[in-house]
Amino acid sequence: MSASNLERVLKSGNFAVTSECGPPRGADSGVIKRKGEFLKGYVDACNITDNQTSVVRLSSLASCFILKGMGFDPVLQMVCRDRNRIAMQSDILGAAALGINNILCLSGDHQKFGDHPTAKNVYDIDSIQLIATVKRMRDEGKFLSGEEIKGRPDMFIGCAENPFADPFEIRAMRLAKKAAAGAQFVQTQCIFNVERFEKWMEMVRDLGLHERMYILAGITPFKSIGMARYMKTSVPGMDVPDELIERLKGVPKEKVAEEGIKIAIETIERVRQIKGVAGVHIMAIEWEEKVPEIVKGAGLYPRP
Amino acid sequence: MIIANRKPFEEIVDMLKPYKRILLLGCNECVTVCAVGGAKEVAVLSSELAMYRAKEGQPIDIKEHVLERNCDPEYVEALIQVIGDREVILSMACGCGIQFVGERYRNIPVLPGVNTTFYGVTEEHGVWTERCQGCGNCILDKTMGICPVSRCAKSLFNGPCGGSQGGNCEVNKDTPCAWQLIVDRYKERNMLHRYLELQPIKDWSTSRDGGPRKRVREDLKI
Repeated sequence: MSASNLERVLKSGNFAVTSECGPPRGADSGVIKRKGEFLKGYVDACNITDNQTSVVRLSSLASCFILKGMGFDPVLQMVCRDRNRIAMQSDILGAAALGINNILCLSGDHQKFGDHPTAKNVYDIDSIQLIATVKRMRDEGKFLSGEEIKGRPDMFIGCAENPFADPFEIRAMRLAKKAAAGAQFVQTQCIFNVERFEKWMEMVRDLGLHERMYILAGITPFKSIGMARYMKTSVPGMDVPDELIERLKGVPKEKVAEEGIKIAIETIERVRQIKGVAGVHIMAIEWEEKVPEIVKGAGLYPRP
Repeated sequence: MIIANRKPFEEIVDMLKPYKRILLLGCNECVTVCAVGGAKEVAVLSSELAMYRAKEGQPIDIKEHVLERNCDPEYVEALIQVIGDREVILSMACGCGIQFVGERYRNIPVLPGVNTTFYGVTEEHGVWTERCQGCGNCILDKTMGICPVSRCAKSLFNGPCGGSQGGNCEVNKDTPCAWQLIVDRYKERNMLHRYLELQPIKDWSTSRDGGPRKRVREDLKI
């Protein structure tokens, strides 16, 4: 077992709570610290995005280090878009040296969607190969070159999966590939369509994946009707049922955010009933201050 | 074949500003097939340029010529008869042809009239799409004959990213998701279980990453 608190919580059979923390678009460490203050005590691990949606932000590694200093168990996100295998292995060693013991291996959003659409992308290796790379470094003590690592990185290895993307029939098989490559936990894309998530979980259980890895259901509260609409129409691979948008429209304007939180809490309660779901990963986008309310509302406070 | 696009007219006009006597050079190979740099396109651009420059009060003398191939020394050599008093060559061949002509005729600038874009096919009349990136290490046997290196925006080897929706790529809704195509073909052939095979990390040293590439057949050298 690694030194990861998240791994400890999951292994002890507790329903885990993690949260995302988006770094600022600047060098102000105070932003990370303020977000950290909101989350402190309410999550088992804090997951720091790596230039999400291809918009340049303070690095995930530096943010992880800041949060580590505040007593968090940080999850380093690493995307394949911006680094080749040399930089990735170097950053994995760097993270481990700083006491960061969780890594989330991702392909990364295409740069077309970010603030530097004319950039060249890397994709030297893909997310599944990155999982295998971390596992090899940790378990075999070897770089991809085959050379020996002096001081193996101690990592709890995670991945992401989108139960709402196509082709649907391979979305559980794709997770099986990730488990086979060495992923120990998965966090899913934001769940708005619980029925479809249930169907995906059924496929996941058929492959026995819930017994081979920990599944964290992705939860995102709606802040506004505009956000819900944007996620439905403009974010690739997102499934927002019309009835949720109608529900938000049905409450007075000043109550929309509250309704969004309510939906998030209900979603947590529903996914918690699904066999094989080991925890939730809350992605309150630029709304981290609401995480305590969601965690408490779902009856998941205090944390173990 | 190699697919190209004509450069915007304004860019071409700008490049040719200092010159009065130009050779507009086409190629009878790929750029003819993809309708960007053959005899017909050379003639069209030639009249567009002549009209524009006449209107600007800067008349231009254009000689048109189309080589059988711009990437073959035998044909490039024959160009010596054509160049004569030309100050500049505007080439409508691909990037290979533009450079190769420039290497042979060093005292005259060879300017690009097209942007060379990809290796592709004629999907339908007037539509060309990419199929290959020349990575030098073909894996089509492992991906049901569909290339994720050139046809996936992220060159993913182990399946579609989370942005594949309705069969299309998140980067461009008109582009099929390469992995959707691969999965469809697995299903057609009852081989979906093969999707579970983990594809190993690619050796990119045979691609551009290993430096400019060269192929030599000693037995063919004269």
